[in-house]
Amino acid sequence: MKKTMYEKIWDSHLVVDVEGQAPLIYVDRHLMHEVTSPQAFEGLKISGRKVRNPHSILATMDHCVPTKNRNLPIADLIARKQIETMAENCLENGLNLYDMKSPNNGVIHVVVPEHGFVHPGMVVVCGDSHTATHGAFGALAFGIGTSEVEHVMATQTLPQKKSKTMLVQVNGELSKYSTAKDIALAIIGKIGTAGGTGYVIEYAGDAIKALSMEGRMTLCNMAIEAGARAGLVAPDEKTYEYLNGKEFAPKSALWEQALAYWKSLPSDAGAEFDTVITLNAADIAPQVSWGTSPEQVIGVDAFVPAPESFDNEGKRKACESALAYMGLTPNMPITDIKIDYVFIGSCTNGRIEDFRSAAEVAKGTKVADGVTAIVVPGSYHVKEQAEKEGLDKIFIDAGWEWREPGCSMCLAMNGDELSKGQRCASTSNRNFEGRQGKGGRTHLVSPAMAAAAAAAGHFVDIRNL
Amino acid sequence: MQPYTKHESIAALMNRSNVDTDQIIPKQFLKKVERSGFGVHLFHDWRYNDDGSDNAEFELNKPAFKGAKILVAGDNFGCGSSREHAPWAIADYGFNTIISTSYADIFYNNCFKNGILAIIVSQAQLDALMAEIAANEGVKFTVDLENRQVTTPAGNGFTFEIDPFRQGNLLSGLDDIGLTLKHVDKIDQYEVQHKQNYPWLWA
Repeated sequence: MKKTMYEKIWDSHLVVDVEGQAPLIYVDRHLMHEVTSPQAFEGLKISGRKVRNPHSILATMDHCVPTKNRNLPIADLIARKQIETMAENCLENGLNLYDMKSPNNGVIHVVVPEHGFVHPGMVVVCGDSHTATHGAFGALAFGIGTSEVEHVMATQTLPQKKSKTMLVQVNGELSKYSTAKDIALAIIGKIGTAGGTGYVIEYAGDAIKALSMEGRMTLCNMAIEAGARAGLVAPDEKTYEYLNGKEFAPKSALWEQALAYWKSLPSDAGAEFDTVITLNAADIAPQVSWGTSPEQVIGVDAFVPAPESFDNEGKRKACESALAYMGLTPNMPITDIKIDYVFIGSCTNGRIEDFRSAAEVAKGTKVADGVTAIVVPGSYHVKEQAEKEGLDKIFIDAGWEWREPGCSMCLAMNGDELSKGQRCASTSNRNFEGRQGKGGRTHLVSPAMAAAAAAAGHFVDIRNL
Repeated sequence: MQPYTKHESIAALMNRSNVDTDQIIPKQFLKKVERSGFGVHLFHDWRYNDDGSDNAEFELNKPAFKGAKILVAGDNFGCGSSREHAPWAIADYGFNTIISTSYADIFYNNCFKNGILAIIVSQAQLDALMAEIAANEGVKFTVDLENRQVTTPAGNGFTFEIDPFRQGNLLSGLDDIGLTLKHVDKIDQYEVQHKQNYPWLWA
């Protein structure tokens, strides 16, 4: 039988499949951060259970960590307690932790690939919806809740319902101004935030093959915003080249053995998917979200939609309330939207390639009057590499703040946040009400679009620069 | 987990789509290391005014919905972050049942781990239930999980589908981990095989 990549990974990880119970699948890698794990450790302790496989776990601190004055104790006492609890839990259970002081520290979904901890064909989980990122390697990677974090620690397995499969085929070549982020947003704009519910998406087509590993991570990262359980890209030479030599990648004879296995993973020719969606890459303009859901997104050359342009009552109402919250008027050009803040970073766009593309646009410009612009590298390794290339200097000369790594303004848990009514061009993944601070307004864009908006003080079509 | 028993309760109406977990429990409350006490923060940014007083405009603050155990909401409920703090807050507030046309995957799984029954209905069924509550705020619905039935005074009742495994766990209040560990010999066997097939994962 011809199988999709998802089906191959599923079948090879099935531990128990008995009538009347959810199938149990085996978990190869378990990623952790400070926010969604403490209650799982507590549960484990109360029930007298142990971590079954400590070497399957890699942990970091990212959500609550400050991005400046890192040498000082964390001022927020509740956040400090959470960070300390993480350190205690990892020590007690013998887990590998990249704490705040570690040169390996950073956002979990940036750090993990840097060390080659995830390989093709694995099942990977984390108490974090953006675990989907690691699908870029052809691993089945998905977010879980805290009860499930405890379940995986205790049993190395997870009861799972088999997902349906969706193929998102992106044909042709992307314009040089559009990025993986724009593909991700365009797909969500097309299928909606519930369009992928119940599915695992496999991204394929020439435009996907052409993406770098960083680009594929950005794309798969936002599979969750399309409602999907996970996103996948078939491994290829780029994947192998990226992994080769990394700390946790297989070495010598084992590398050859792993490689042979990885090459067997891509979906068989003619394998059937439950749903197929097709996009033409050349049609994807740089995207800007205008509302309070990632599906409320449009090309930068377009206009803010009017509620009456939607054909269903629910979407009309959602448009009305989004425009009210966002303080926008129907039919205004996207390029007329003025901004107060710019954030470049996050597990979506916090990798070296993102800072290179933003720096290219920021070079020789100045941040517009009244605009605050911050750059938050996804990890210390990204920061170091960027500094080696002189990117920090480009941003600082242009009037940006160059920060320490962390999740920062993606979800504004660490004190970096918008105040009421402020509007932000953000390279993160969610534009929900209050996500970047109560009353804050978020527009999701690519790093280059964010850099252009910082200099102009409003959105600009980077194709015209 | 408390076993889920048949109950008659007030059904509160939240006629909004895409209610995300950032709204259910805003991020400033995710720093705690305990599992309890999230109910007072449920829907914080909608529920309270800037001065901390109750926002009278917010639907769940209506006196008729006080003590509601059933929440009737628009589609794609619980989208966004995987934070289990969302169902913890919902359960701690007092809800044990949600009725909607669809839920985000992770949120849906999280509900059942916390004794919350998430019922899926058709758009027509949801419209009828919403209309019934709107016309008679404070109306009580009866939920019978054993027979998979919801009944309402105006006759908008229905039978719902639910995975028998989830149904059984809710009814018995059983812990998932305990169930899985009954298969520990199978996990051990799988791991032996796994080490042979994928030795580089264990190097």
